[in-house]
Amino acid sequence: MEHISIEGSPKTPTVKFDASEGIVEIKGRSIPENSIEFYKPLVDWLEEYKKDPLPLTKVNIQLEYFNTSSSKCILDVFKKLEAIHKAKHDVVVNWYYEEDDEDMLEAGEDYESIIRIPFKMIEIAE
Amino acid sequence: MGFNIDDYYTALTGDNVLLAYKGSITTDFINNVLDTVEAKLKDFNEESKIQKKVYNVLVESLQNLYHHIDELPDKFKDEYDIKFGILIISKENSAYRISTGNFIRSEKIKYLKDKIDKINSLSKEELKDMYKFILNHQKLSAKGGGGLGLVDIARKTGNKLNYMFQSFNNEFYFYTLDIFISEPK
Repeated sequence: MEHISIEGSPKTPTVKFDASEGIVEIKGRSIPENSIEFYKPLVDWLEEYKKDPLPLTKVNIQLEYFNTSSSKCILDVFKKLEAIHKAKHDVVVNWYYEEDDEDMLEAGEDYESIIRIPFKMIEIAE
Repeated sequence: MGFNIDDYYTALTGDNVLLAYKGSITTDFINNVLDTVEAKLKDFNEESKIQKKVYNVLVESLQNLYHHIDELPDKFKDEYDIKFGILIISKENSAYRISTGNFIRSEKIKYLKDKIDKINSLSKEELKDMYKFILNHQKLSAKGGGGLGLVDIARKTGNKLNYMFQSFNNEFYFYTLDIFISEPK
C-alpha cells in the first residue's frame, strides 16, 4: 500500500500513515472550515488497510487544536480502527496532550468512551 | 427600519477592544483574525491554557458565523457587504469577550433560540453527554458543520451563551452572540 505523508499547514495536520510499519499518525492543527475533503482520503486508506493490517497498529494523535468539524472526521478515523481491532488485530491509540490542556485530555476521553480500542493518555511536559 | 447595527457596533467598541470588524466574513478574513489574535495572546504572555481556550472558541465562533450567515436581499447590498457579519474581541479584567453578529431569517430563530436555551440549561456533565451524542449520531452537513459548535463553546468556556435577536425587517433579524472566556475556576 502507498504511504500517506502530508505536511502540516496552519489549518491542517501533519499526517503519516504507513502500512508497512503499522503507523497511523495525526499531529498539529486541524481547523479547516470543511474537514471532509481533508479526511476522506485518510478514511479511505484505512478502509483498504483494514483488509490486511499488521498484527499491531500504533495510532499517535497529537493535536494542538481541532475544531468541531474535524472532531466528526476524527471519529470516522477511529471507527475504521475499531473495526480492525474488532477483527482481532491489536490497535493501540496514544492520545497526546500538553500538560495543562485539560480540554484536549477531555476530548481524548470522549473518544475513548465511544470507541472500543485501548487508549493511552500521554501528557507532554511543556 | 428596526435595530441599528452601527449603534450596536459602536457601543461595543470601547477601550478594551483587541479587534473589531464589520463586513464580509470570508475564509481569508478568518485566517487573518486567527493569526492576529494568536500573536496578541502571545504578546500578552497569557497562560497557555487561556491562549488555547480563546483560540479554540474563536475558531468555532468564526466558523459558525461563516457557515450560518443569511444573505440579505440585493436591495441592501450598497449598505451591507455580502456575507455581512460583525466580530468584536475584547478583554475586560481577566475575561475575554467574543461577540459576533449576523443576519438570520426570522423562521430560523425558534430553532436557534431553543438550541441555545437548551445548552444554557445544562450542567457540565450534561453538556459532555450532549456533545458525545451529537458527535456519534449526527452526520456532517455538506458545508462541514456538525451542529457541535455552540455545545463545544459552552463546554470549553463553562459560561452561559448570551444572545439577542433584534428585528431588522419583516423577514430578517440581526442575531448577536456574546461569549465570555474567564480564568478557569
